[in-house]
Amino acid sequence: MLSYAFKDYVQFLLSGASTGCIYVLIALGLITIYNVSGVINLAQGEFVMLGAMLAVVFYRQLHFPLWLAFLGAVLAIMLLGALVQRVTVYPARRAAEVTLIIITIGTAIALRGIALLLWGTTSYSLPEFSPGPPLQLGGAVLARQRLWIIGTAGIVLLLLYLFFEFTLLGKAVRACAINRQMAELLGINTQGMALLSYAIGGGLGAIAGVVIAPLALVSYDMGLSLGLKGFVVAIMGGMVNAPAAVVGGLILGIVESFSAGLVSSGFKEAIAFVVLFVVLVGRTVPWENLFRRRP
Amino acid sequence: MTPSLSAILSSRKNVVGLLLLAVFLGTLPLWLNTPYALSTLILIAIYAIVTMGLCLLMGYAGQVSLGQAAFFGLGAYGSAILSTRMGWSPWLALVASAAITGGIAYLIGLPIFRLQGHYLALGTLAFGLIVRVVLNEGKTITGGPTGLPGIPRLTLAGVALKSDLAYYYLAWGVALLALIMALNIVNSRFGRALRAIREGQEAAESLGVEVARYKLRILVTSAIYASVAGSLYAHYMIFVSPNAFDFDTSVRLVLMAAVGGLASVWGAPLGAAVILLLSLVLREVMPLLTGSSSGEQQLVAYGVLLVLIMIFMPDGLTGAASRAWRRAQPLAVLRRRLRRA
Repeated sequence: MLSYAFKDYVQFLLSGASTGCIYVLIALGLITIYNVSGVINLAQGEFVMLGAMLAVVFYRQLHFPLWLAFLGAVLAIMLLGALVQRVTVYPARRAAEVTLIIITIGTAIALRGIALLLWGTTSYSLPEFSPGPPLQLGGAVLARQRLWIIGTAGIVLLLLYLFFEFTLLGKAVRACAINRQMAELLGINTQGMALLSYAIGGGLGAIAGVVIAPLALVSYDMGLSLGLKGFVVAIMGGMVNAPAAVVGGLILGIVESFSAGLVSSGFKEAIAFVVLFVVLVGRTVPWENLFRRRP
Repeated sequence: MTPSLSAILSSRKNVVGLLLLAVFLGTLPLWLNTPYALSTLILIAIYAIVTMGLCLLMGYAGQVSLGQAAFFGLGAYGSAILSTRMGWSPWLALVASAAITGGIAYLIGLPIFRLQGHYLALGTLAFGLIVRVVLNEGKTITGGPTGLPGIPRLTLAGVALKSDLAYYYLAWGVALLALIMALNIVNSRFGRALRAIREGQEAAESLGVEVARYKLRILVTSAIYASVAGSLYAHYMIFVSPNAFDFDTSVRLVLMAAVGGLASVWGAPLGAAVILLLSLVLREVMPLLTGSSSGEQQLVAYGVLLVLIMIFMPDGLTGAASRAWRRAQPLAVLRRRLRRA
């Protein structure tokens, strides 16, 4: 039986929190797309994978500096997101929700298959953004990249907040999320906003993919599991509540990290989905009624 | 849901269709009798049964399952484990596995259907991945990634069905029975309630349809269909491994249902046949196009096909065929001309 010291718990906590930040970025992309265009985008994980893959291509094959590879990959996936919306979702915008879900699954499989054709089953990697020995924090050992992840997620959250709260375009996007028909009556181009939401969703996915790339192996099949964990987090926020998704993402990352460290890593992949079931069951409980005093 | 035949027999179209299908399938091995063709046809029957359940769930209740392969796998592994490790008779193992799988589906649906929205797709997807992890990690019971060999063939009246020809008749016999039961569900009060839910949940609810209960019942039904097919699969292949029940299989099952047509259980055997034959063709053709021999490249074709069908033919082959049939009716043509004149 292994014994754990306090510093191990600090390490699980910090590395879990940084993984949680990745889930948060993916979940925010899903929430944006869902609220603006009404589509549950099951291809979100593939945006993450393609973002990481393109950064690898830009850095390793085209010898871009790392920051330019990052930026290029994110912009390219934003364009791809918009393209995917226009080619697959837009033609079926009046179809039933079941049809739209199946379309996004089809898109996900096609993107994954294209990645397989282009890059094969090989795993690639990116160097850490600032190479160097891991940091020592009160006895815990933490890869430098983990700080980059947390920092990037923080900056992205701030930028998203500023965009949605203080720019006219951001407010127009929010108007679509609140009431699409009313937004349309007010002269907002709702189809344009749906396109934009896919670009934002793609961009958020790509950012998550690039910042995790130095710590994870980049391969054509990395998207499914990451995308699903993004979903678990988005559902924690009921698909609409971004702050709840931020908290949920951090919790999921930390729970995963502790259980992988303390129990077994083989079952680590299943934990997110056990959490999903707990959340789904939890959402059926009328919490607000439990604490309300009877009149 | 009481299985009274009156509902189906009242529709002459269904009776004629069932008879034609039975005669076609009964005589097919007379001229198509190579081992390869027979094993393909058996697999089509098995996938057709899963797809029928999926059609009921997706087409009639409007709920997507992305983890149907997990129910399929539970049936297969249930039969495999009970008949090899516990020494149960295969038929008993089949029934017990179906009961267990149906129970698990009930437990999954119970919380999910109390929520509004499309959580079933995500819940079943997650469930599929959990099952996959358990099959891989529970080595002492499931055999882990290498699988579980030595499953006995099914027996009928004391005779083990060793030949593929015998198994062909058994598999398609079960498939036809499953089709009759599915048609019965569709034409019952239960089926009408499901269609009402698909057309508008609020309207159905206000008319007194217990939405959550009906959704739960159809999820359990579709899981039992998948489980029985899984048992047939295990006792046919006499070997199971986790790879046959992964996420890609779930997607292929959705594809079969979508290609055949979500709005009709008749589409299920058609969709299963088309996709299985297509995957055989792709396995030959894709390496020529890409220069590599990995079968995974079928993925692109599956994905593109799924998107195209959903955009241009959302009601699948049966839907497109029935529309073409209606258009070709001379009476309808005449009526249209009159209206135009």
